Amino acid sequence: MQTRLDDSFAALSAATRRGVLEQLGRSDASITDLAEKFHMTLTGMKKHVSVLEEAGLVTTEKVGRVRTCKLGPRRLEEETAWLEQYRQLWDARFDELEKVVERLKREEKIDGRN
Amino acid sequence: MDAIRESEPTPMKNRTTVERTSERELVVTRTFDGPARLVFEAWTRPELFKQWWVPKSMGMSLLSCEMDVRVGGGYRLVFDLGDSKSMAFFGRYLEVAPHSRLVWTNDEGGDDGPVTTVTFEEKGGKTLLVMHELHPSKEALDAAGTGAAEAMVETFGQLDELLVALGTSMGRP
Repeated sequence: MQTRLDDSFAALSAATRRGVLEQLGRSDASITDLAEKFHMTLTGMKKHVSVLEEAGLVTTEKVGRVRTCKLGPRRLEEETAWLEQYRQLWDARFDELEKVVERLKREEKIDGRN
Repeated sequence: MDAIRESEPTPMKNRTTVERTSERELVVTRTFDGPARLVFEAWTRPELFKQWWVPKSMGMSLLSCEMDVRVGGGYRLVFDLGDSKSMAFFGRYLEVAPHSRLVWTNDEGGDDGPVTTVTFEEKGGKTLLVMHELHPSKEALDAAGTGAAEAMVETFGQLDELLVALGTSMGRP
């Protein structure tokens, strides 16, 4: 029972944090904005943001009395991560295709001599 | 940084590039040291195609591969996913211009799958291959990106674990 509660709590936290990341992907926002958007207390949102900040997913900057949050370097990398994964798949495929083409070339040369 | 440099292949290796050229389009390019005729053959003869389409690093194997390479002809690839599970990819050829251009549909996901165009451009004995995928919508390409790369799910899983771990450690006094 405890595990199940922990799991759903974790999932809920993850969902909120993912929502925050999505929101910041659209535009920068203050902690107050985020707290309102996700119907949370300022303290609760501060906690989520600190976790994201510690993970390098979000950076914050305090100007006057307002703390503005934006996407951190790590989150930006992640957005291109699937493209890189896709590139690696095709790179591996094309390395094999290259070998096939090399072999066809050799075979053609041999055939040409005969 | 050094680790990345070390793992990089020799500088002679032809580079594979991937670019999302618009919300709905993805372009993959690579140059091959051989005439377009041979590269084209490797895309259109099943016995050759089977030799490269599923590299070992994918951890899958191809159970069967049928291709009827002519306009209106169909193709069907069946992958072995292990645990006696398999998955089929299929569609039909819309354009077939020998040694220069192939266009096909990807129908396994329904009628509004992406359309793939591959062009083979020969120059000085080398062939520039350009593969272009046009998806029906931005959402479809987004989904293909995250869906097709299963490893991405893993990445998100790991991210969640990391966040939970960090959250837990922060919760400690």
